[in-house]
Amino acid sequence: MHALALLAACVTVVGAIMVITRRVAVHAVLYLVVTLLALATVLVMLGASFAAMLEVIIYAGAIMVLFVFVIMMLNLGQPDSAREKEWLHPRAWLGPGVLATIACAELLYCLNPLSGPAPAPAPITAHDVGLGLFGRYVLMVELVSYLLLAGLISAFHIGRNRVGGR
Amino acid sequence: MTYPALATIILMPPVVLGLATVLTWVERRLLGLWQDRYGPNRVGPGGMFQAVADGTKILFKQDWIPPFADRAVFVLAPVIGMMTVLLSFAVIPVTMGVGIAGDMNVGLLFILGMMGLGVYAVVLAGWASNSKYALLGGMRAAAQMVSYEAFMGLSLLGVVMMAGSFNLHDIVAAQAGLWFIIPQCLGFGVFMLAGIAQTHRLPFDLPEGENELGAGFHTEYSGMKFGMFFIAEYAGIVLVSSLVTTLYLGGWRGPFLPPAVWFALKTGGMVVFFILLRAALPRPRYDRLMALGWKVLLPLSLFNVMATGTILMLRASL
Repeated sequence: MHALALLAACVTVVGAIMVITRRVAVHAVLYLVVTLLALATVLVMLGASFAAMLEVIIYAGAIMVLFVFVIMMLNLGQPDSAREKEWLHPRAWLGPGVLATIACAELLYCLNPLSGPAPAPAPITAHDVGLGLFGRYVLMVELVSYLLLAGLISAFHIGRNRVGGR
Repeated sequence: MTYPALATIILMPPVVLGLATVLTWVERRLLGLWQDRYGPNRVGPGGMFQAVADGTKILFKQDWIPPFADRAVFVLAPVIGMMTVLLSFAVIPVTMGVGIAGDMNVGLLFILGMMGLGVYAVVLAGWASNSKYALLGGMRAAAQMVSYEAFMGLSLLGVVMMAGSFNLHDIVAAQAGLWFIIPQCLGFGVFMLAGIAQTHRLPFDLPEGENELGAGFHTEYSGMKFGMFFIAEYAGIVLVSSLVTTLYLGGWRGPFLPPAVWFALKTGGMVVFFILLRAALPRPRYDRLMALGWKVLLPLSLFNVMATGTILMLRASL
């Protein structure tokens, strides 16, 4: 189980690196899907299969499809790939690379992976998630719903079909 | 791992693929019957081996990849379509014991997730073909399938609330007294429509509407790659039919006959109903399809969730 989780984690990292370095936008999105699926696998290993399935349905299955949809609308071509290549100049890697290394080192220090595999936690069921959402975190859920409502209203405002072309 | 589970893993894909292949012949014969003509009746008794003849022919066709296509994604698209459908079958509980992961505690969500990933097959095929008809088909598919996925999930919530579980075995067990099609008739209607849209079957096959888009998203596909899209579509019909059987028609339950026969009978009935829809209904306009989804099905499925929740709460408090 531990080895499988590590393998999935490796796929996640490699996938994420490929997302950044791909020049064709659709390929990058596909690698992002792979990353999300690998992340869902890690979640299953941690006992959170409900969260993993939500990740697959919402992120990999819906949001990423919208990404592909937008990319199809934009009809990117050769000039865009060239510009992407320009942006991926070695010097551009320096700043993010240093910051990511610091964050990664800190994370490794905190997690202390040398202490051996942690005991598998009890599986988190949909029941637990529901109780958490509408018990302890109910305020957060309500706030997020306000945020989504605001987004919905602004999308409606922008996308409204104005009569007379004003 | 137990031997029955292993046997199921090995047997399930060939059985599903075989069913889907035979279904191409069944569909053409039934369409012929309903449209007062013969349909394929030459190969074997009653034309039974038509599917074999078609398969052999399509295998020997040139497998052509257009020079302007994105090769890797072009090849990947039909594979995704086939894989997601076959993986979904893993959690379908045919009978009490059969079904690889029928006891998975998030089984229903797993199927929804796989259906969500199945959208990529059509969308990526449209994009990778790098031609106008295919792109338009792919874009239609993306909008249609993502929209109808939302209603599909919402319409299933009623079933999940009544059964109190995402586990498909528990859902079948909860229908011991009454099939869910009666208390959840609204959810059933929405799920059926969403299921047709999700498998992009007629009358909702706008992504490949041949009167306006050539062949839609698979315009550039030939040989066995086209065959994979074709078979995946029929496997998708079997999948949605067996889902309807499991969720609304009491799964393997029924008097006298053995459970597996009941499951096959109900699923077969649903498949025939799918084919009848194709024979009977014309294709709607694309904007009508989207309007139906967001303006009718979404409020209906939300109302269904609300009503089911209210009734369950009232019943619990009494």
